[in-house]
Amino acid sequence: MAVFKHAYKGYEGALTPAWSRFLILPRYAFAEKRRSRFFSLFFLVSILAPLIFALLIYVQHSLSAMKLLQIGSSNLITVNAAFFMNLLGWQSMMTLFLAAFVGPGQISPDLANNALPLYLSRPFSRAEYVLGKMSVLLILMSIMTWIPGLLLFILQASLEGNGWFGQNLRIAGAIFLGSWIWILFLSLLSLALSAWVKWKPMAGGLLFGSFFVAAGFGGAINAILRTSWGNLINISHLIGTVWTSLFERPMHRGSGAFFFRVHGGDVPTWCCWMALVLICAGCLYLLSHKIRGAEVVR
Amino acid sequence: MQPVIELDNLEVRFGERPILKKLNGALTGRAIGLLGPNGAGKSTLINTLLGFHQPFAGTARIFGKDIRTDAKAVRALLGYMPENDSFIAGMTGVHFVRLMAELSGLPPQQAMERAHEAFFWVGLGEARYRNLGTYSLGMKQMAKLAQAIAHGPKLLFLDEPTNGLDPPARARMIQLIQEIRDRGDLRLILSSHLLRDVDECCDEVLILKDGRIAASCNLEEERRANRKFLELETRGANGTFTAGIERLGCEAASFPDGRMKLVMPDGVEIRQLYALAAEQNVQIRRLNHKRDSLEDIFLKAMEVPNGGV
Repeated sequence: MAVFKHAYKGYEGALTPAWSRFLILPRYAFAEKRRSRFFSLFFLVSILAPLIFALLIYVQHSLSAMKLLQIGSSNLITVNAAFFMNLLGWQSMMTLFLAAFVGPGQISPDLANNALPLYLSRPFSRAEYVLGKMSVLLILMSIMTWIPGLLLFILQASLEGNGWFGQNLRIAGAIFLGSWIWILFLSLLSLALSAWVKWKPMAGGLLFGSFFVAAGFGGAINAILRTSWGNLINISHLIGTVWTSLFERPMHRGSGAFFFRVHGGDVPTWCCWMALVLICAGCLYLLSHKIRGAEVVR
Repeated sequence: MQPVIELDNLEVRFGERPILKKLNGALTGRAIGLLGPNGAGKSTLINTLLGFHQPFAGTARIFGKDIRTDAKAVRALLGYMPENDSFIAGMTGVHFVRLMAELSGLPPQQAMERAHEAFFWVGLGEARYRNLGTYSLGMKQMAKLAQAIAHGPKLLFLDEPTNGLDPPARARMIQLIQEIRDRGDLRLILSSHLLRDVDECCDEVLILKDGRIAASCNLEEERRANRKFLELETRGANGTFTAGIERLGCEAASFPDGRMKLVMPDGVEIRQLYALAAEQNVQIRRLNHKRDSLEDIFLKAMEVPNGGV
């Protein structure tokens, strides 16, 4: 129908596949985010660490570069599980800031503006809505965590040779799995907070609070009750413990990645896994409760 | 004609509280009005048909598709204009409608094209690149209508579409709804507490009261029947004129001051009344068809104890 006719007409054309429609939400979200200078700057800063780590790996394997920098033949660094775990730790901390910046804007404006009936009155389910909103965070966080991690792993393997790839394949698996545990957990938590609190700044603040305040509270429990079970509400400890087990790092005091450093291994790893699963289940419950086409007043 | 909506013992509860109580019936009209006082269950019925609430018992079918088992396929046929202020923050009008059309399955290019067309059609062509947050209430209502039709649904749910509109905007909205109705390729469900809106737009009406169907009728038939009821105001009429009318086959009742009420049988035309009046030198000063049928139907439905037809 031409615009000049100005009359209503039905649509008989082709439709897009139903499975792919959740990807419409991240596409629109990225188009909006591209307009934000702060976001673009933050994203550039977030890839600085992988670039520095890549440079370290390169220098480590380049005699001419070592000579140029007047570094002796001894190893500049050791590229091992700790190296990649520290990269993952740093990048994951950056994703926490990203989640606090992007996450609250995902669901809370739709709830505040009563937009959910518009989404859910279409052939578009609540699960697809959450998946679409979550994809925004998952894609951005992937670009910041496991993608650079694996690229650095491949760089190291290609420069080192001598079967390094095969001997350290577990590190690649740990980077991939550890990153996904973190980004899934963080995405769910930030979406749940975004759905729970309709005010964006408050949701962002709560996300930080759930890390830092809960960690402080957990520390207080440990100190007062002379126990280490307070670590179960310390999210960075939970993640650090899980990562340490994935990277097969020794569970001694101070092991783990930057920001996710594990202070003591008194809480069994399976308890940390369970705590993470329970928090995720709580987030899913909150989302299923809040993401509805119509609010039910009982 | 295939029913648009079939209600099959549909029961909806919020907790222990029954909201819709075993609704049964088939709606076939091109434009169906949903009437009822506040709390009658109009919005709950629409929300249930949209899949927002799960039926406690029974079911409903839209164009033969079950809302319980085929919810996504049902929603693919629908367009929905919610009652409350609903929009997506930080978007221009045309991008909002495009997003909604894409979520309904239109490819991006077609969605954009249809979003522009829908905006022009509702009369917001010039404002389509403005942020939705800057729209007036009337413009937001029109934008909501645009998003409801952009993807070309088969059935359109309009929940209080004239809410908060000033008289010219209301007239424009009613005109658009009538235009959609008259094209015939899109059916309408219009939920409103304004009898006038329903009377102007709908050919069938479903009246709810306390979660039950209090009345359901075909307004077109009612209107046709009403055309037979006339109220006359005459001057100079006497018994001869009344007798003459009765000879035409009409039932007539005379009142003081020359007022008369007639029931016209099939085959009798109004011009025959004028001819009779001219013959007997009687002036017909006013001739009205009975106009308040929907109000009558509604008030009668409200008198029925505990709803139920």
